[in-house]
Amino acid sequence: MTEQPGWLPQAHVPVLRLDDVLLVAIQGDLRDENAERLQYDVLQHIADSPATGVVIDISSVEVVDSFLGRVLAEIAAGAELLAARTVVAGMRPTVAITLVELGLTLTGLRTALDVQSALRMLREHPAPAAREHGERGAYDYDRS
Amino acid sequence: MRVSEQQIGDEWSSAGQVGQALRHRREQIAQRWADTPLFRTVFTVSRDEAVEACKAVLDALAEVAEAGRVEDVDAPGFFVVREQLARMSASRARTGLSPAQIAGEVAALRSSAVEHLTAEFEQEPAAVVHGALLALTMLMGTLRLVVMETALSDGAELINRQRQQLLEVATPVIKLWDGVVAVPLIGTLDSARSQVVMESLLEAIVAQQAQYAILDITGVPTVDSLVAQHLMKTVAAARLMGAECVVSGVRPAIAQTIVQLGLDLGGVVTRATLADALAFALRGLGVGFGPTSHQGVVAR
Repeated sequence: MTEQPGWLPQAHVPVLRLDDVLLVAIQGDLRDENAERLQYDVLQHIADSPATGVVIDISSVEVVDSFLGRVLAEIAAGAELLAARTVVAGMRPTVAITLVELGLTLTGLRTALDVQSALRMLREHPAPAAREHGERGAYDYDRS
Repeated sequence: MRVSEQQIGDEWSSAGQVGQALRHRREQIAQRWADTPLFRTVFTVSRDEAVEACKAVLDALAEVAEAGRVEDVDAPGFFVVREQLARMSASRARTGLSPAQIAGEVAALRSSAVEHLTAEFEQEPAAVVHGALLALTMLMGTLRLVVMETALSDGAELINRQRQQLLEVATPVIKLWDGVVAVPLIGTLDSARSQVVMESLLEAIVAQQAQYAILDITGVPTVDSLVAQHLMKTVAAARLMGAECVVSGVRPAIAQTIVQLGLDLGGVVTRATLADALAFALRGLGVGFGPTSHQGVVAR
């Protein structure tokens, strides 16, 4: 792996690789510097490995603010640019209500009930790059 | 406490005298009160029971008077009889009496108390009698307020409880299939109800591991922009949790209203009937149908 820039703090959220899927489990509060580090880590992993999917497990996140919502959306958008699909898994009801009340419906984000269904979702709807090499235009955003 | 006692001076001493007089004449006044409709119709088991109830109220009044707090609704003396007064006012209200009429019945207790007090203070100078009667009048006024207050707070409590029950009753979450839950919405959808619907639906999605949630609005009489906004919020929250939300029961008239109002339902999946929504969910889950049910269920 390439050397990490000096301005990033120590890794706080580990990024695990399971074959071609990256698993990120966010525990408790995600502070600004950790979030930045996580974004960097995820994108670096996708670039370094043949990962085509990212699962972010937020089932242990109890409190959410607009910041975390934005971080999730940014990771997904960044991964999309590197041809990987992001699924956010296990959001709690209270967190979902808070995000909706904040007006953050995160329409571009894929979601799943838990990590298992997120993995299944990625298996059934793989990222376009994995399905048809070099043909990104055929990408469809159809979850049903 | 000392200061305030001195401040009210004469008034306080008359109140004290009234308190003592009430204790002294407790038996006689209680006998008279027990025959008034307020006590007689509430304590129907025996006359003794009514007399005991009267005595409890008299003791409370005497305590309040001796404490010099004839105008204080929150005087500690009233705490003891509050429950009894609430029972009395509730029972009178059940017979169809308005709060004003109940208050009138409480006011009627004053005359017999005044009679006995006048007899008690026979030997005293006129000024003392006058002061004592004034204190008694204030005391009885306060009693009336306490009765009214308990009656009203009883009503408010009842309304609150019923509102809560209505919220619970009106929003059951039904499991239609493995991984499919539905909420049949009935009645007008306001902010409080949509909040409850959202919470119970999201809880059910977690508990049942549901991938599909159906919001059935067959029982919602009208859809305006506010109702649509509530629906959108619920759909968005369910989606954030990883479940797909389908709005079913969109009648033609409602569809027309939504279009005419120019409401943007975004990417919400809508279906005309609950059956269609269930078929959509089952197809999404990959549940197969037999040949007979294929024609019956998946008609679209």
